[in-house]
Amino acid sequence: MYVAVKGGEAAIENAHRLLDDRRRGDRSVPALTLDQIAGQLALAVDRVMAEGSLYDRELGALAVKQARGDLIEAIFLLRAYRTTLPRFGYSRPVDTAAMLVERRISACYKDLPGGQVLGPTFDYTHRLLDPALAEDAGTDQPVRREGETEPVMRVSEILAGEGLIEGDGAVAQEKGVGDITRTPMEFPMDRDTRLQALSRGDEGFLLALGYSTQRGYARSHPFAGEIRIGEVEVSVDIPELGFAVSLGRVQVTECQMVNQFKGSAKAPPQFTRGYGLVFGQSERKAMAMALVDRALRASELGEDMTAPAQDEEFVISHSDNVQATGFVEHLKLPHYVDFQAELDLVRRMRAEHDAARVTGAGDELEAAE
Amino acid sequence: MVNDSKNAPDTGQQGRARRMAVLAQADPRQLACLWRDLGIDPAFSLVRGPETGLVTLRGRIGGGGSPFNFGEATVTRATVRLGNGAVGHAWMLGRDHAKAKLAAVIDALAADPAMERSIEASLIAPLARSAADADDAKRAETAATRVDFFTMVWGED
Repeated sequence: MYVAVKGGEAAIENAHRLLDDRRRGDRSVPALTLDQIAGQLALAVDRVMAEGSLYDRELGALAVKQARGDLIEAIFLLRAYRTTLPRFGYSRPVDTAAMLVERRISACYKDLPGGQVLGPTFDYTHRLLDPALAEDAGTDQPVRREGETEPVMRVSEILAGEGLIEGDGAVAQEKGVGDITRTPMEFPMDRDTRLQALSRGDEGFLLALGYSTQRGYARSHPFAGEIRIGEVEVSVDIPELGFAVSLGRVQVTECQMVNQFKGSAKAPPQFTRGYGLVFGQSERKAMAMALVDRALRASELGEDMTAPAQDEEFVISHSDNVQATGFVEHLKLPHYVDFQAELDLVRRMRAEHDAARVTGAGDELEAAE
Repeated sequence: MVNDSKNAPDTGQQGRARRMAVLAQADPRQLACLWRDLGIDPAFSLVRGPETGLVTLRGRIGGGGSPFNFGEATVTRATVRLGNGAVGHAWMLGRDHAKAKLAAVIDALAADPAMERSIEASLIAPLARSAADADDAKRAETAATRVDFFTMVWGED
């Protein structure tokens, strides 16, 4: 028999109204605009787009505002929104070599074609809080240096010239490009599917796993071969036209991690690679993704499986923060009946335990006599 | 602008792809302004949309290897038909329905060679110039953050 317990409608409605009020806060303070969020909290919006797996700056800003700055909640909102839209198709692969570069660094080569270009980075700042930012004191225009258009060569191409690095990475494509938004995940995965999961995976989780590989849990001697941030063109084959058209550009961060490899029966000693590609200016995430991608290639490369970061099922099954927060947070929903059953069970077990102790104590007494 | 090696494109197709790319990237306010200055207001009917959906974006493993899906983007498309029967399409990132509709009308108008020249001169060229200027500014700002290494020598010999 089921007995539905009703109630709570008024409380829920009032709670949501209170949420609206607290989100808005002090009415004498101007409300945030989406332009302000997209422009001045751009990296929060980037993270929401990357892990929400939906590139749309305005929606990302709206999600951040609606979620009161709770980024996982904002990511959840974006994921929910995307399920309401029809799918028009797949883009042609973006060409990161043709990127309009805003930042490009290599930790492997000091002098390389295209140079070390810092872009708008936190690196080399002193991480001292700046009281001047508490006011809007005005900001200098950036410095410009005109007339330099050297092509920005990939670091992997430099190493490939010597034959000391593996290729870009190929997976068998008979069954087409894997898509976790269309087909339920199955293990073991191909690398293309794994990269899709990692690209929208939780930054904190991937950061911790990447860090664990540096600390010795599946050590892979990584170097940041190259990190580049910038805009790439999105082209789609338009069925009604019969040719491809550019739909505009998206900003991405790409990380090519270069890792030492002692060699195996199948491959000579060489550098191997991990790859990261993430929406927006998301350098930490792209680096973590590349470290974890490399760690997850352990079985492909015939390495010993010793660490959590190498365990594909563990990593991929727990990398999605929308799934994770759904399951963790569901614990706060009413479990009254479940709990009553557990309570009964524990009471019964306790009674049996106590009874056994009394009998047991009696047995011991008898034995002593 | 558009990387189209698979289909051997004729110049008309190339021109159309380039025009659509410029319109897709255009700032909506600038496009609306230039359109108003052009002073034409053709009758048209909507064949499809404007409608917003998703395109799944692909990258390549290692930058140049096998393709993989790495996320989705909002895309808006529209198809219109003019009174003379010319059909125009628009596809662009984002959710701007007004802009997609206008771009589709412009695409349809450009099927007429005389109109195409006027659209090229009054709309596409200035939009392309603005986009190129913005890119140049970004390139110059980025170039100023390029590291110029130099060496320092200590001690004798």
